[in-house]
Amino acid sequence: MAKVHIPFMQTGALAVGGRLLDEDERSVQAWQDRPSTLTRGHRACQGCAEALAARWVLDTAMEVTGGKLMVANATGCLEVFSTLYPESAWRVPWIHSLFANAASVATGIAATNHAKGRDDIRVIAQGGDGGTADIGMACLSGMFERNDDVLYVCYDNQAYMNTGVQRSGATPPAARTSTTPAVGLSPGNTFGQGKFVPKIAMAHEIPYVATATVADLRDLEAKVRTAMKHRGARYLHILVTCPLGWGTKTAASIKMARLATQCGLFPVFEAEYGDITGVTPIRSRVPVEDYLRPQRRFAHLFGPRGDEAALERIRGQAERNIRQYHLLEEGVLA
Amino acid sequence: MLELLEGSKAVARAVALTRPDVVCAYPISPQTHIVEALSVMVRDGHLKDCDYINVESEFAAMSVSIGASAAGGRVYTATASQGLLYMAEAIYNASGLKLPIVMTVANRALGAPINIWNDQSDSLSQRDSGWLQLFAVDNQEAIDLHVIAYKIAEQISLPVMVCMDGFVLTHASDVVELPTQEQVDAFLPPLAPLEKLSLKNPRSMGMMAGPDVFTETKYLAHQAMIQAHTVIARAAADFAAAVGRESWRPVRVWGPDLEDRPARQGEIAVIGMGSVMGTTQAAAARLWEQGVKTRLITLGSYRPFPARTVREAIGTADRVVVLDRALMLGVGGVLSADVRRSMARLGIPMHSVVAGLGGRSITERSLAKTLRQAKVGELGELEFMDLKQDLVTMSDAAVPVRAPARGAARPGAAAAPAGAPGAEGPDDAAASAPGAPAAAADDAMPTKPAQTGGPALTASAGSLGTATADEKATSADGAAPAAGDRAAPTASDRREG
Repeated sequence: MAKVHIPFMQTGALAVGGRLLDEDERSVQAWQDRPSTLTRGHRACQGCAEALAARWVLDTAMEVTGGKLMVANATGCLEVFSTLYPESAWRVPWIHSLFANAASVATGIAATNHAKGRDDIRVIAQGGDGGTADIGMACLSGMFERNDDVLYVCYDNQAYMNTGVQRSGATPPAARTSTTPAVGLSPGNTFGQGKFVPKIAMAHEIPYVATATVADLRDLEAKVRTAMKHRGARYLHILVTCPLGWGTKTAASIKMARLATQCGLFPVFEAEYGDITGVTPIRSRVPVEDYLRPQRRFAHLFGPRGDEAALERIRGQAERNIRQYHLLEEGVLA
Repeated sequence: MLELLEGSKAVARAVALTRPDVVCAYPISPQTHIVEALSVMVRDGHLKDCDYINVESEFAAMSVSIGASAAGGRVYTATASQGLLYMAEAIYNASGLKLPIVMTVANRALGAPINIWNDQSDSLSQRDSGWLQLFAVDNQEAIDLHVIAYKIAEQISLPVMVCMDGFVLTHASDVVELPTQEQVDAFLPPLAPLEKLSLKNPRSMGMMAGPDVFTETKYLAHQAMIQAHTVIARAAADFAAAVGRESWRPVRVWGPDLEDRPARQGEIAVIGMGSVMGTTQAAAARLWEQGVKTRLITLGSYRPFPARTVREAIGTADRVVVLDRALMLGVGGVLSADVRRSMARLGIPMHSVVAGLGGRSITERSLAKTLRQAKVGELGELEFMDLKQDLVTMSDAAVPVRAPARGAARPGAAAAPAGAPGAEGPDDAAASAPGAPAAAADDAMPTKPAQTGGPALTASAGSLGTATADEKATSADGAAPAAGDRAAPTASDRREG
């Protein structure tokens, strides 16, 4: 199935607006016989956007590869909630080894498949932002540098949610975590230099890098399709809401991801061989406060004892993203 | 066909004969020559249908091996020392996942101080990792063992470390015989893993296991390790039959009388692993004529530990001497702890001789002296072979003398180092009492006159490797230090990652 652009904001699996989509325009999830790679019954929290994203990514990849897919998973929420022996929610050849090595394990799987002449079998590695941006960075960079035939998917919920919401290298500034508590003179996470892994991936000039969120699942599906068209190292970074860690309503996960993109704090784009090839522009810009205020992890920025200086710096980040990725310009739709 | 080959190159060719699907490694001395040779064989087409992967760390090397093995490939990697420690988390993971990976460990010391030379601290530090650890005495055994290791690993679905002494074997050229491709193919069938990532039968590997099943998982792993004894013995015998000559064995008992029997009264059982046993054999043969009768028990298998075979081989020996190439600080030899457990009820005295750490040569002469001491009952419970007493002794000027120590009369040995073995507790008082090792050092190494007056690296001023100029000034008798007398590495020393 070819990549299909649906130029509407709200699209379902089967229909867009009131119109039933043509069969080849429908999402994988529209089909009764969809792969259900991550099937029901697992132990993810209510409103977990990581479970949703993983299902869309892997179902799409299963469809693209005709079921010839193997998956290496880093330690983290996704691994823990899906597999407590003797139960497994995975309907795909799946391996969990360690926290830091999903990219390397995937490299090994691809190497054996290549040595045995089974290049039709594709490999996906996946992990959270801690397993990607922090502890797994060396393995990930090595996989990129060698251009191993692996798609690495990072489900970024912006902290170590599995161990109880500790700060990671991908935690945004000012966010309260259990190791950056909202107390003291500068509450919440520090304003560091940031560690936006998609840019690090682009610096390796690998064939394909993309970002996505659970707010636009059709876009996510399209990016998985594009990624699977390429051979070599590919990287997909998905912002996934975590109601537990962010302190948001479980019903608001999709909305929160959308607000992250519409305020400019999370740029959605794709890049090939180090150059940006497409950007999803902001459709209806919102102030960063609209995104931050509903999240308890940013509650200390608001109210009578709020932190206007921190908010100003966050606004600055959004402005910088908008400038850098041309998020408000016309004609840059991917 | 007999050939003169460097150990590493010979091992690389043996590995190639096993037709690996994936070879993956990160460079570290003294393992490098093996993987260099394999990379050439993959590039020039000598080793077909094999992916050679250059990784960014040992952790990645083991992780790639895990993935490649889980996908059903025959996988090879090699490391040593710091590299083994760097991959430690993945080592435990590989055995827990029951992946039949074979890895060469070119045994090397662990830092600090950084030291690239041979002892067995590295692989022995991973003794509880669930990997089999098989040791080669010489390069012929190292060659054979790599082929045998794959057979064992794949039959019981557990990973195997093939341990060979770094430099002493890896970089030594010896006349060896490689098995032919036909012999290896007949001995080692294509890999048919018990479990793998499979499209036909998609399974989840490496799932979380809760308290309800974790103990049982470990119990089964324990049983698998015990059952490995049988598989190891059969694989070794089958390989010897396949190549039609003597080959590696999990335990080898040898005496200069060439009688195939356990040790008996009047004899000393000497237990060790790796290349040191070759030197020991030479020493034992010479000593036999002098009335010091020994029986050498060479362990080819360290994990699983062949406790029963060792116990039987010890027989009714007068005493047991264990050559320890790795040290549990504050406790004693690593290997001797296993030996002690296996001979717990025999009531035979055991001596742990810590020897050859960080590449210190274990000479035939020192071995002979140790065994003679054992014969006459002068060997302590824990001894450090060829310990340079003058380098471990506090100088009077640097540190207030706490208590007079036995054997303190010797120049440069004014007091026992604080915290040194033997300085504390009645149990260890016999072990390495300052008197005995000092005498050993004297006999083993004809000491240069300057050496006794050389710098004493004091326990208070810093450990070996961080000696300062001040220590020279405060050495026992103020004599000028002898050039090159330092144990600490200098900038000009060969230092490879």
